Amino acid sequence: MTDAYIFDHVRSPRGKGKKDGSLREVTPVKLYAQMLEALKDRNGFDPEIISDVVTGCVTGVGEQGGDIGRFSAIMAGYGNGVPGLHVNRFCASALVAVNYAAARVMAGQADMMIGGGVESMSRVQMGFDGGAWIFDPQVSNEVGFVLQGISADLIATKYGFSREECDAYAILSQKRAKAAWDQGHFAKSVIPVKDKLGLTLLDHDEYMRPDTTLEDLAKLKASFTDMGQLGFDSVALQKYPEVEKMSHVHHAGNSSGIVDGASGMLIGTKEMGEKLGLKPRARMIGFADIGIDPTIMLSGPAQSARTALGRAGMAVSDVDVWEINEAFASVVLRFCQELDLGTEQVNVNGGAIAMGHPLGATGAMILGTALDEMERADKSTGLASLCVAGGMATATIIERV
Amino acid sequence: MTNTIKYALDADGIALLTIDVPEKSMNVITAGMMEDLEKLIPQIAQDDAVKGAVITSGKTGSFVAGADLTMLLEMSDMVKTAPREDLFQAAYRMNKLLRDMETCGKPFAAAINGLALGGGLEITLACHYRVIADNPKIKLGLPEVMVGLLPGGGGTQRLPRLMGIQMALPYLLQGKNMTPAQAKMNNVVHDVVPEADLISTARKWILDGGKAEQPWDQKRFKIPGGQGVFDPNIVQTFVGAPAMTKKETKGNYPATLNILSSVYEGHQLPMDTALKVESKYFTDLLLGDVAPNMIRTLFVNKQAAEKGIRRPKDIPPQKTKKLGMLGAGMMGAGIAYVSAMAGIEVILIDMTQEAAEKGKSYSADLLAKGIKRKKVTQEKADGILSLITPTTDYAALEGCDLIIEAVLEDVKVKADVTAKTEAVVPESCIYGSNTSTLPITQLAKASAREDQFIGIHFFSPVDKMPLVEIIMGEKTGDLALAKALDYVAQIRKTPIVVNDSRGFYTSRCFSTYVMEAINMLAEGVAPALIENCGAYGGMAVGPFTVSDEVSLELSYHVGQATKKGLGDAYVPQAADAVVEKMYLELGRKGKKNRKGFFDYPEDGEKSLWPGLAEHFPPRADQPSPDEVTKRLFYRQALEVIRCYEEGVLLAPEDADIGAIFGWGFAPWTGGPLSMVDTIGVQKFTAECQALAERFGPNFTPPKMLLDKAEKGENFYA
Repeated sequence: MTDAYIFDHVRSPRGKGKKDGSLREVTPVKLYAQMLEALKDRNGFDPEIISDVVTGCVTGVGEQGGDIGRFSAIMAGYGNGVPGLHVNRFCASALVAVNYAAARVMAGQADMMIGGGVESMSRVQMGFDGGAWIFDPQVSNEVGFVLQGISADLIATKYGFSREECDAYAILSQKRAKAAWDQGHFAKSVIPVKDKLGLTLLDHDEYMRPDTTLEDLAKLKASFTDMGQLGFDSVALQKYPEVEKMSHVHHAGNSSGIVDGASGMLIGTKEMGEKLGLKPRARMIGFADIGIDPTIMLSGPAQSARTALGRAGMAVSDVDVWEINEAFASVVLRFCQELDLGTEQVNVNGGAIAMGHPLGATGAMILGTALDEMERADKSTGLASLCVAGGMATATIIERV
Repeated sequence: MTNTIKYALDADGIALLTIDVPEKSMNVITAGMMEDLEKLIPQIAQDDAVKGAVITSGKTGSFVAGADLTMLLEMSDMVKTAPREDLFQAAYRMNKLLRDMETCGKPFAAAINGLALGGGLEITLACHYRVIADNPKIKLGLPEVMVGLLPGGGGTQRLPRLMGIQMALPYLLQGKNMTPAQAKMNNVVHDVVPEADLISTARKWILDGGKAEQPWDQKRFKIPGGQGVFDPNIVQTFVGAPAMTKKETKGNYPATLNILSSVYEGHQLPMDTALKVESKYFTDLLLGDVAPNMIRTLFVNKQAAEKGIRRPKDIPPQKTKKLGMLGAGMMGAGIAYVSAMAGIEVILIDMTQEAAEKGKSYSADLLAKGIKRKKVTQEKADGILSLITPTTDYAALEGCDLIIEAVLEDVKVKADVTAKTEAVVPESCIYGSNTSTLPITQLAKASAREDQFIGIHFFSPVDKMPLVEIIMGEKTGDLALAKALDYVAQIRKTPIVVNDSRGFYTSRCFSTYVMEAINMLAEGVAPALIENCGAYGGMAVGPFTVSDEVSLELSYHVGQATKKGLGDAYVPQAADAVVEKMYLELGRKGKKNRKGFFDYPEDGEKSLWPGLAEHFPPRADQPSPDEVTKRLFYRQALEVIRCYEEGVLLAPEDADIGAIFGWGFAPWTGGPLSMVDTIGVQKFTAECQALAERFGPNFTPPKMLLDKAEKGENFYA
């Protein structure tokens, strides 16, 4: 088997996914195209050597529909010869895109690939693509469909994470993100997004609220109490009868932010890298996608990490840098509880609670964050994982070379 | 042709179809009626002399009350033998004939002169025009879900297309009714007119050129309120509805899911295909166990019980005119109320005038509420109240033809009032005791006329609980039974008849539910798991909730009495020590002192008492929910079978009706014996044996069960 190497990664700053978000005027195709252009320009390759542009995007309808990978590549000047692919595994889409790109390389079916993702949540509303699992009664009944916030609250209730613990974790994320920005930890990878005239629209993550205090968070009303009352709590608890009643702990302040963003990674063989004069930054060790009960939905990351580690013959203790997507505070806390990690060991540069979670782009972003941190702190191994809607999870392990 | 529909063609070319099913007080849809419609529709379509047709009913006050449920039960019997295609065709028959009607080219108008439920409403929905009498008492609805079915005559398609999906769902999922005024508002009928003008209005609509085309067969038709999975309203509706439904049904009733799917899938299709989809979801329910079990117990057998299937046939009607109600406590007050509501004169006796008056004020309060809600007029309420005479004077019992005693649960006290009463009442008077625990045979010993002494056991609160358990003492005669049953019919409740035993039937079996829950708690099973498995399994309430409501104090005393009464025959329960500790040592009496298995904060919901974990620490290895559920349900079913074996129960029908209406056994099962039949007697027996090995003699199968398992017999033939 051929080894797959990461040669570079870039990401956009994250704009607020709202009407007044700084990236709202940028179409998702253009947003992603700027990342593809940056990869090309930074590494100076002839785009014809790219075998495929594998693109994660969750709400693949409207202007994010119709295989956004292909048309973003064309808009990025990759030419007609470079195909593009759209993949969707909800929140892990971009990590799956990277894994797929690597798998093509490892299988000897490509020499240089791009894996990445994009989500303009200010322009294409989350959930707008519908889906049988949310509204076809046959499917939703079989799945035990609940809103993700209900799943996150179920994790907190079942595994004993209080509102205070979730809020404390959220503050930690804010502080770490601020520190990471202040110390320039993201500087190597963040590509400012520009408008048609080449003027910079955004060069930092604008969702962050580093001054938020525990007291501020304590004032927020839990977001899913009413929807839970409506019936979603019942759906969840009927699957988990050992839980007496649901404790609703999540709110906007301890959940991931709705933002716009894009990311891209350049992945290929050592030989192609040498030919292009590129230095490999990391080797893909392995990856795994797993499935769990779709109702609790978001507690799969530890299992995906263990599966990937097991396949690679590694142990939890072999990993130096952990990135676990901060979809909700309880997801991170459960991940740490299950793998016996302290919160000080994960997401040391903050995460989606502070900086936001552009659904289809986050996977590659956090793998890149792990890589930057490994280089900065001179560590050798990193693992990134995300919980995934519908009861899935994805994990990827890399090591520096 | 059979003879369910009268056909008349007038000089204007209007055919009048008068539905009048012989030998029924209300029209129900029978195979004969379908046959008649199948002949009449093509005849009307082809006859050039016919301009259009008006459908009405020949019964006063009712149009068509729905399908004949016994016919549906026969259809569900087909399930065992018939190929699926035949089953589908049988289910699709009604849909096809109504679709033929609405597409036959001649206008059909429904003149709705009374209640139209289920298939009755569906016939009218397939007409091109609907006019209804302006009587607010008329109910329109699709109650099929209550028997575990879906409206299979186009109801899941036409109602949403008329009134909008979100608006229609409560009528389909909860079986809600609407009045004529609501029907007009909901776009379900076109006009509301005085009853006398019904036929002429319907005729006029045809003569004025009424079109033989349904809105949904028109090209530009749009469902009001939105349609299709790209409509945000529809998306929102179908995201929420399954969760809301699961909250109500705990996922035990497949009909609600099939209704949702029939609407969801059907509304995206043209009517012809949509109706087929509906018939498939209908057939699917007939193929399951829930609908046939529910129809059998909740309707067919319940109605048979109410119509007197247990009544001795050769005794003339025994109407109660004057009731002597001994004891004006909660039960006595409730019995006085339901009796007065049925027009029975009530002498309400207690030890003090104050207590007797308080008993009467219970009725006054309920009636005042009724007046507020416009359910009853002041005049009628006054009349009802005037029937109740509160007093301390036994002489007032003179002339009573029925006595019901509900005094303190103490043999001596009861014997005393029996003697006092019999000194006054006529010799022919029947004497009923509302005791819930003391053997009737023993109480009857205080009576000079033991054959006229019977148990009439009500449930609390009397005005809400539909069941009455009639208990035959050893010497109780047929006349007493007939009197008790006729009285139950007068107050419109559902009777079961059982023989004497400790706790009779319902209290005895109900207690096993709570007992098993507490046994598990003693073993270290997490209380939330136990409580939820009871509730999610479909019991009306979780075992600890109901135990707190009954009160641990009462459970303790009943337990002590049972132990004493049974002597060596008593099977010791781990629960006994728990109840003793909770009540005696920890002072946790239940809901009454806000401290039971739950805490009851003044403000807010109850929650399990955290101290349970300390006194009954949960084991590290918790059993599966499936095992906990089985223990709760099988334990009850086994006690029911023991009652049957001992002759306390005379028939499985009583067992199932009594369980569901008496102590809230899961209705979706059709009752404990239906449940055992559905699981399979042999499989159930084997599972009980396995449970007995692990959890002791509570689960040892009784001989009757072993015999049935060996012979391969069911409880229901």
